[in-house]
Amino acid sequence: MFNFFKSKTSAPVARDRLKILLAHERAYLNKPDLIAVLREEILAVIRKHVPVDPDKVRVTAERDAKVSTLTVDIEIPMDLPTAAAA
Amino acid sequence: MGTVLTVTSGKGGVGKTTSTAALGAALALGGQRVAVVDFDVGLRNLDLVLGAERRVVFDFINVVQGQAKLSQALIRDKRLENLYLLPASQTRDKDALTDDGVAFVIDSLREDFDWVICDSPAGIERGALLAMRHADVAIVVTNPEVSSVRDSDRIVGLLDARTLAAERGQTVEKHILITRYDPARAARGEMLSVEDVLEILSLPLIGIVPESPAVLRASNVGSPITLADPQSASAKAYMDAARRLRGDTVQMTVPTGKRGFFGNLFGRAA
Repeated sequence: MFNFFKSKTSAPVARDRLKILLAHERAYLNKPDLIAVLREEILAVIRKHVPVDPDKVRVTAERDAKVSTLTVDIEIPMDLPTAAAA
Repeated sequence: MGTVLTVTSGKGGVGKTTSTAALGAALALGGQRVAVVDFDVGLRNLDLVLGAERRVVFDFINVVQGQAKLSQALIRDKRLENLYLLPASQTRDKDALTDDGVAFVIDSLREDFDWVICDSPAGIERGALLAMRHADVAIVVTNPEVSSVRDSDRIVGLLDARTLAAERGQTVEKHILITRYDPARAARGEMLSVEDVLEILSLPLIGIVPESPAVLRASNVGSPITLADPQSASAKAYMDAARRLRGDTVQMTVPTGKRGFFGNLFGRAA
């Protein structure tokens, strides 16, 4: 009976969510926005080779306890002669 | 053109963010396109209540300052494809929200969404004023106790004076949402009754949300109560309120708390 209740409780979920969130916030608060820096530098590298439309860039993040992922999805047009320059 | 709905209260802790999430999800469940906007710069929490806290990349202030497009900052809910969140910044100062920046964001959202729900910070300072500035409709979240009712009255005064609608000689449509209502205590006369609150504020009622452990559970797991526990009395109150916002006539349910302690305990498992 108690196991049944235990599995239904939501407080452990809340605790885990907060731990992950606060670990990230404490690490990055008052420091430059890492995601913004990474995004700009990644885009600068790509722009060296192809023109990038800022509207065609999708950035998503998923923060987890041990690893976080940053996905930068950039649409690169294929019909541009400059694309083959590199 | 969508409707801008501001959820406000003056007093903190009365349930603005919970109500924003619950109403946003309820409207989205009804097929409406909804954007919920967190105006609490520096103390954001709508992302947490919606379970999107790990997916925030850009925020309101990034959009205002041109570091991100609005479309890049909007986070789509994983459960409801019609529901989007624009998170507040956690690291910036609230002065970073400019009047023009807020106007641009709200006007853009209005083009794309049926409902733009602005979750106001507590207080009557800049953040709260910006959250109400563009409102067509306001929900004043009120707990049945003296300080909350007093603060609600103050907010109603600001809605009549400090909004774009007021400056144009129009009025913001205002509704009272009573939250954390405890029927047992109200019956014993320990809590202001619904009639008392409405008489004092003399505004129409859009719903009565009973105090419930289901609400706490929903925020623990990061899901609006209307999704997490749609059969709960609290969720039903929000679903009804959402229908009233859309113009439906729905009979008001006054929570009775007829089920006693054991009814509540075992009713949950069903």
